[in-house]
Amino acid sequence: MQRFMGSGKVARAWSLIVCAGALALVACSRTAQPVHFFAAGRPAHLSDWQVVYADGSNLALNEGVIPYDLNTPLFSDYAHKLRTIWMPRGTSGKFDPDGSFDFPVGTIISKTFYYPVLKGAARDSKAVARSYDQSTDFSDKAQGERGLKLANVHLVETRLLVHREGGWEALPYVWNAAQTEAVLARTGDAKPLELVADDGTKEAFTYVVPNENQCAGCHVVDLRTKQIAPIGTKARHLNREYPYAAGSENQLLHWTKLGYLTGIADPASAAKNADWRDVAQPLDARARAYLDINCGHCHNAKGPANTTALDLTIFAAADRFLGMCKPPVAAGRGTGDHFFDIVPGNPQDSILPYRMRSSEPGVMMPEQGRTTTHVEGVVLIEQWISALRGNCDTAS
Amino acid sequence: MGKVAIAILCVLAAGCGGGGTAPQALSADDAAYQQKLQEQFLDAKPGAVIEIPAGRHALDRVLTLRANGVTIRGAGSDKSILSFKNEISGPEGMLVYANDFTIEHLAIEDSKGDGLKVNDGENVTIRDVRVEWTGGPKTTNGAYGIYPVKSKNVLIEDSASIGASDAGIYVGQSQNVIVRRNRAEKNVAGIEIENTINADVYENTATGNTGGILVFNMPNLAQPGQSTRVFNNKSFDNNLANFAAKGAAVASVPAGSGVVVNSNPKVEIFDNDIAGNHTANLIISSYFSTNYYNTRGVDPKYDPYPRAIFVYGNRFKGGGDSPDGLELKTLKVAMFGINGHFPDVLWDGYVDTKSLVNGLPPPAERICVQNGDAEVLNADGPNKYKNPKIDKTSFQCELPKLAAVELPHS
Repeated sequence: MQRFMGSGKVARAWSLIVCAGALALVACSRTAQPVHFFAAGRPAHLSDWQVVYADGSNLALNEGVIPYDLNTPLFSDYAHKLRTIWMPRGTSGKFDPDGSFDFPVGTIISKTFYYPVLKGAARDSKAVARSYDQSTDFSDKAQGERGLKLANVHLVETRLLVHREGGWEALPYVWNAAQTEAVLARTGDAKPLELVADDGTKEAFTYVVPNENQCAGCHVVDLRTKQIAPIGTKARHLNREYPYAAGSENQLLHWTKLGYLTGIADPASAAKNADWRDVAQPLDARARAYLDINCGHCHNAKGPANTTALDLTIFAAADRFLGMCKPPVAAGRGTGDHFFDIVPGNPQDSILPYRMRSSEPGVMMPEQGRTTTHVEGVVLIEQWISALRGNCDTAS
Repeated sequence: MGKVAIAILCVLAAGCGGGGTAPQALSADDAAYQQKLQEQFLDAKPGAVIEIPAGRHALDRVLTLRANGVTIRGAGSDKSILSFKNEISGPEGMLVYANDFTIEHLAIEDSKGDGLKVNDGENVTIRDVRVEWTGGPKTTNGAYGIYPVKSKNVLIEDSASIGASDAGIYVGQSQNVIVRRNRAEKNVAGIEIENTINADVYENTATGNTGGILVFNMPNLAQPGQSTRVFNNKSFDNNLANFAAKGAAVASVPAGSGVVVNSNPKVEIFDNDIAGNHTANLIISSYFSTNYYNTRGVDPKYDPYPRAIFVYGNRFKGGGDSPDGLELKTLKVAMFGINGHFPDVLWDGYVDTKSLVNGLPPPAERICVQNGDAEVLNADGPNKYKNPKIDKTSFQCELPKLAAVELPHS
């Protein structure tokens, strides 16, 4: 790991050479240093890592920092997300058909949570857009992959998942009001914001930045080992096109070409979750993809919610372990006076959508990561339950 | 009409789902203390002792601990108080994923969800911890007060839980557990041992709950429980109206239950003082008496019968005179008259008919009551209470006594 450490001066000198070589093609600035992997410690500023950084007009991606999207993402209070991955030169991740890819030590994953700014509003206004439209988020085509256009977005936080010798570590950084830098917030943060929909409807809410231990609340994949790991970097989530600067391409294929991934010859042979918003895809596939990414990181056989016997991963058979007619185990008041997790054909009597609809700690699911209700997500799960057949007759 | 009107109001008033008023921001002092405490939880290494100073500390998010070998220590359960009244992110008060964990001499108040949850811990000590919902019993209180789950070698002593909307002290899916000298008041279930193997519950006081002390097995879980001893406890006047949300396991517990065994085998209940519980001082029942049984959602391998239950030497007094629920009320009046009362032990009558030999379960699986003049009412639940009877002979038997639980760290 020595090559990553104590190399600040070397790296800066190297970047100056690159700048000189590139002549006037790219403006040379202090941000043109390469990505800096810290093998230990907790750098106080996001820019110390040089993965993504505010360069005055953009949230820019450094060279080798590759953006990616998921087929169906986790809901986080309607925040838009810019996800990136970077690996040290000459290293690559190994494909896994089901789990997260096996990434080398040195890998840095970033996820920036932001909102589109409202037209005419200041960038640091508490009011932000509640919208699925990402068309104005991105910077114009330039060298490297497109970042975010700072004039159009309100940056809230950037979370890093860093793969060190001892395992993955989570580091939450919160953006300052001037949107010039994000500062380490190990104990989390709470930001009062207001979502404004296209029709003008307003909803005030508190955006909660998790603390480091709360990061683990979702990212611990095995309760016994307590090791944390990325969630989204699995074949079924990544197997989709991404609009790279050089043109659209399948992400698994692109990563393979870049040398970031080995072990998958043809993305068509890999699993692929549905896009929850794509009504052209089967309702069941959309609902299962939604539950997989929003609930499956805890509700699986090895996760923190294995106390409940409820498995909401894409792999669960559609029986009681998926919640069909299953009496709750420890839902407490989270039942909402309902008897079963899912009553086929009857979302109004099912616990699952009740807890999704709630935004009250102690009732709502997921337990963290949101303080608002994902209305469109609830509608999807209600439609899915409506289409399920059978009943939960209590007759013995 | 009412529901529609409320729904429309909710749409108009943003944040209706949040349950009313916006959370209040912490004072600067509390915010600074919360940050310091969160950092202590993040940085704790094995052997660390996190001291909670005396005083009331308002916090607005869950305290999570993941390091093994940590002690959290206050100045006393009435002195060092962590208040989660304005919690915005949780839902627990404290959430622990760690082994060799000790927490003592402090209070956790008004968390939105469970007070103290320990998930998958080994060698856990909870001592002189008070978990309380200070507004009294409410359905909107957090579910569990003190809640170790999937844990091994657990000691809960000299602690208290007050006002939980499900169970006050709730030990789930664990092994080798001692629950002693605790106080459980104004919860739906005072103390509940669920899907747990080898538990000793003694010298506790459960009063003012819906049900005092419960030993349950739920379906679909990886571990069916067995072998619980309930002894030397006081369980009296547990007559609080059931305020659990429907669908929760304890919502099926009638108000006025002293001790309840449901679908759990090898339970020994002895030397307790059980008094003044209006439905019955002791209830032995099957999962079939809850409303949750259905063939699709319940594991076919789940055993819903209470087998090998041994009741002896308890001091029963009063109770059984005003049972909860229309069916039980009707049954009581029909059998014992307006001023009469159920006998001390109420059995719902569900039995595994396939196992019967000459009309009785095999000797090792019977319900045995050797308790002076205490009588057992077979309520005939399987036939909708048509032929209830006091049975004097079926329960005259003995079972081998269970071994005491021994913990490596108690």
